Amino acid sequence: MNAPLYETGAFGEGVSLLLALLLGIGFGFALERAGFGSARKLTSQFYLDDLAVFKVMFTAIVTAMIGTSALAWAGVLDLSLVALVPTYWIAQVVGGLLLGVGFVVGGYCPGTGVAAAATGRLDGLVTLLGILAGCAGFAFAYPALQSLYLAGEMGEQTLPDFFGVPRALVVAAVLAMALAGFAAAHAIERRFAGRRV
Amino acid sequence: MSSSEGGRPAPAPYSNPYLAGFGLGLVLLAAFVLMGRGLGAVGAFNTVVAWLASLAAPQWVADHEFLGRYLGDGEHHPLRSWIVLEVVGLALGALLSGWLAHRVAGTVERGPRASVGARLGLAFAGGALMGIGADLARGCTSGQALTGGAMLNLGSWAFMMCVFAGAYAAAPLVRRQWR
Repeated sequence: MNAPLYETGAFGEGVSLLLALLLGIGFGFALERAGFGSARKLTSQFYLDDLAVFKVMFTAIVTAMIGTSALAWAGVLDLSLVALVPTYWIAQVVGGLLLGVGFVVGGYCPGTGVAAAATGRLDGLVTLLGILAGCAGFAFAYPALQSLYLAGEMGEQTLPDFFGVPRALVVAAVLAMALAGFAAAHAIERRFAGRRV
Repeated sequence: MSSSEGGRPAPAPYSNPYLAGFGLGLVLLAAFVLMGRGLGAVGAFNTVVAWLASLAAPQWVADHEFLGRYLGDGEHHPLRSWIVLEVVGLALGALLSGWLAHRVAGTVERGPRASVGARLGLAFAGGALMGIGADLARGCTSGQALTGGAMLNLGSWAFMMCVFAGAYAAAPLVRRQWR
């Protein structure tokens, strides 16, 4: 196998669009299974009595990180052909803070908002309208925001590149951090559960 | 679509978070292996904005440094795009899961002390903040934190930590909405 299969020409655009639909179905199914169609479940992360957001997110990251790394080491997956969003650290720090505030205010992130709206949550649907308005606002204000959008440019940059260490070491560190985080999450939940007002 | 009387099964409990996360990770891994890209969400919103704006001002969108890239190749409809179909799938997959677990219900998620009006106003405001933030960051929790996190992308990890920092910082201000 010579992956990524689309990038190496194993199939064409039509198949890629069908895969978009199928991968999206898997994505939405997993989010809803986890309870992420519910704003109360999601925002519990930020009141510390249910840390499912952290657990699901880091289990997914670790699974895909180990999978891609193992396939790359086996010579099956060419990581240089997998898209990497370039780092603009200042734009991404500011954007991350705004998105985080919007998450706890609105109750969803963009993907979970879609899952919520699809399962009948009116607040999820309104969140989606807000996202559309925000994206339109960004586009209209782009001339004024352009310098911030381009601030902190570092090009395509991975953690192993940036710290100058082998990929395996970063993979091991992220895995260890996730496992320690899961243990800490259970301790925090025990402490904060039952404190709901 | 409030609960119909009699015999409507109770909503099933949510999955174990590690099991759901493992499933999500396998879907993400499949996207990397099959497509050479991860999952996303906010790109679909930008595509819809670009398409709607192009109905009113096609040249403005075509010349727009940020929005123009969401119009596609010009031969096909802008909505015939990978990210739009992925998000349509997201909605279908969530609906399927929710339907199987009896969790589809017309409702407004809010804490016991929050009014529906205030909740919907904050939902819109939060969504607008996220649209701006995700566009600045070149992706949202899916396209940056999840996808870039697994790819060990430096900017994605900076983004992800700031998402948590921003949410924890603002959480006390909107506590009445949820608790």
